[in-house]
Amino acid sequence: MSAVSDSSEELFGYIAEFGSAAELYHAAEHVRDSGFKKWDVHTPFPVHGIDHAMGLGKSWLSAVVLCGGVTGFALALILQFGTQVLLYPTVVQGKPTNLYTVPAFFPVLFELTILFSGFATLFGLLIFMQLPRWNHPLFNSEFFKKCTDDGFLLVIESRDPRFKREQTKEFLTEIGAGHIEEVYS
Amino acid sequence: MADASTAAGYKVHPSEEEGVAREKLVENNRSLSWITSRVCGIVENPQPKLWWCLFIPAVLLFCCEVFTLVYLVSTGVGVWGNNQPVAWGWAIVNFVFWIGIGHAGTLISAILFLTRQKWRTSVNRASEAMTIFAVMSAGIYPAFHVGRFWMVWFLAPIPNSNAIWQNFKSPLLWDVFAVSTYFTISVIFWYIGLIPDLATLRDRAKNKISKLAYGFFALGWRGANRHWRHYEMAYLLLAALSTPLVLSVHSVVSFDFATSVIPGWHTTIFPPYFVAGAVFGGFAMVLTLMLPIRKIYGLEDLITMKHIDNMTKIILLTGTIVGYAYIMELFIAYYGANKYEADAFHIRILSGPYKYYYYCMFACNVLIPQLFWSRKLRHNLWVVFIVVNFVNAGMWFERFVIIPTSVARDFLPGQWGYYSATWVEKLMFIGTFGQFMMFLLLFLRFLPVIAIGEVKGILPQSDPHYPEWEAMRKKRRQGDSA
Repeated sequence: MSAVSDSSEELFGYIAEFGSAAELYHAAEHVRDSGFKKWDVHTPFPVHGIDHAMGLGKSWLSAVVLCGGVTGFALALILQFGTQVLLYPTVVQGKPTNLYTVPAFFPVLFELTILFSGFATLFGLLIFMQLPRWNHPLFNSEFFKKCTDDGFLLVIESRDPRFKREQTKEFLTEIGAGHIEEVYS
Repeated sequence: MADASTAAGYKVHPSEEEGVAREKLVENNRSLSWITSRVCGIVENPQPKLWWCLFIPAVLLFCCEVFTLVYLVSTGVGVWGNNQPVAWGWAIVNFVFWIGIGHAGTLISAILFLTRQKWRTSVNRASEAMTIFAVMSAGIYPAFHVGRFWMVWFLAPIPNSNAIWQNFKSPLLWDVFAVSTYFTISVIFWYIGLIPDLATLRDRAKNKISKLAYGFFALGWRGANRHWRHYEMAYLLLAALSTPLVLSVHSVVSFDFATSVIPGWHTTIFPPYFVAGAVFGGFAMVLTLMLPIRKIYGLEDLITMKHIDNMTKIILLTGTIVGYAYIMELFIAYYGANKYEADAFHIRILSGPYKYYYYCMFACNVLIPQLFWSRKLRHNLWVVFIVVNFVNAGMWFERFVIIPTSVARDFLPGQWGYYSATWVEKLMFIGTFGQFMMFLLLFLRFLPVIAIGEVKGILPQSDPHYPEWEAMRKKRRQGDSA
């Protein structure tokens, strides 16, 4: 037990490199099954199906986007009915200003729904990813830069309750990691 | 034969191997790091001389555009050739022309994503950039067409001291919303797609300024799968949002005409016809740009003949749809028993002052692209380049044929008129090409022209089950030879 408290202030975690997407995929299954929680894989592209290998579920960003879309739709309704029917009715183009006007309001209803959904996607994504975050302990490692080129990296953080300095390193070697590096925060 | 299908590029599923082997999407068995360094190299290495040979004229043309705009604002819209009855001249023609070009980018990034067309990955980044720059060029025209540019904020529904609100029943206001939404969503889509590639550039950056700049815009991307899973969802959602959006934008643009009562404009065929035309013209512009980029920067392994072949087929398809629309318009004018409509088309194609524009349009858009029925011609890059430039020109003629021709000859001969563009309009149009090229060249200089991460994702070895398939394939091959 002492191994955890001794060094975890310094050590952020281990970066382990795997040879290919396939090796990383199987390694992720092992890490998942060993019960680690504070870990992640870092890849140059999204590896198909690795969410399952990591035990992650569906991303609920879609719910945020739905809320954004509903907001945009409601805003367009208020904007158009409020201004055209309540505040400033202009009876032009042979189009009345009452419920029968609705078809003329469709384009703006549609556009604002899409616009607000788009903004919800962008900002929801940033919140879900907790980005922007320009400083991160992983950036201290030169080796970590490989993950935006051709590296398939697996990172186990020292704050994981199952993390033990020696055993975790052995475990990573066991599941087929090539290069293993310690990162300090 | 088996070797050809196992080489890199296309994920060969064992069940497909017996059928026709698909062409590879990345040639020559390139590795992940080769893709990174080839695409990033364009940004990191000094640009070829040709870049400067194009950039300097582009900036000069952009200056011409700025000059004509200043001249326009300081003198008045009378410097354009617009008159009564032709209030919509080149300004609106060019607006529709540019906005149409944008559509190919969104089609590639959104619709081909939803339909899982893997070949989109090599061309989507540049096409999306083209979309954004084309919409920027388009936006100039309606903004200045309002006459008093400083009053353009009246388009926005903001409470003002006159207590007057915009007329939301007007197609022109729909257009404002459609185009600005389209631009915003295109920028968001493009930027989200860029984040992982900006991180790649950040990690490769040698000097401090580029490290800071790319690092800032990469938002601290770490390629973590806990990010990727949200990122992929975001990408899917944006594709799903952009798909109806791109179809709606040119439909709304066509409403500007179709909801009016001018003969020649007042037709229900306009929305689909405009969308097909936009995709047609957009793909022509994508090819116009991608063919030289591919050659100059040595991207033949990433933008393969397969990509070009697919795009020429889309041009052939949409060009034929456009041709159908042209003929259907004529047929309805004849068959519809509306004498004004019949007259409008008689003037358009036979007796009017602009009939040669119609012939140019028909030849460029319908006849010349039929060359693409031949596989041999589709694979001759010079033929492709020449044909797509005819299409670019043809699509401009189409907008001219639709817009000024119809209003120059409406119901009463007493209100007929004639329109020709002045030097200001001509210089401004050339200037927007300068602006478009300038932004495009800056994009080539500073941002990855190919979506690095996405191309890596379609390599066969990127599939986590690749070794298992490889083993199965090997086993079968041994079985065959035995």
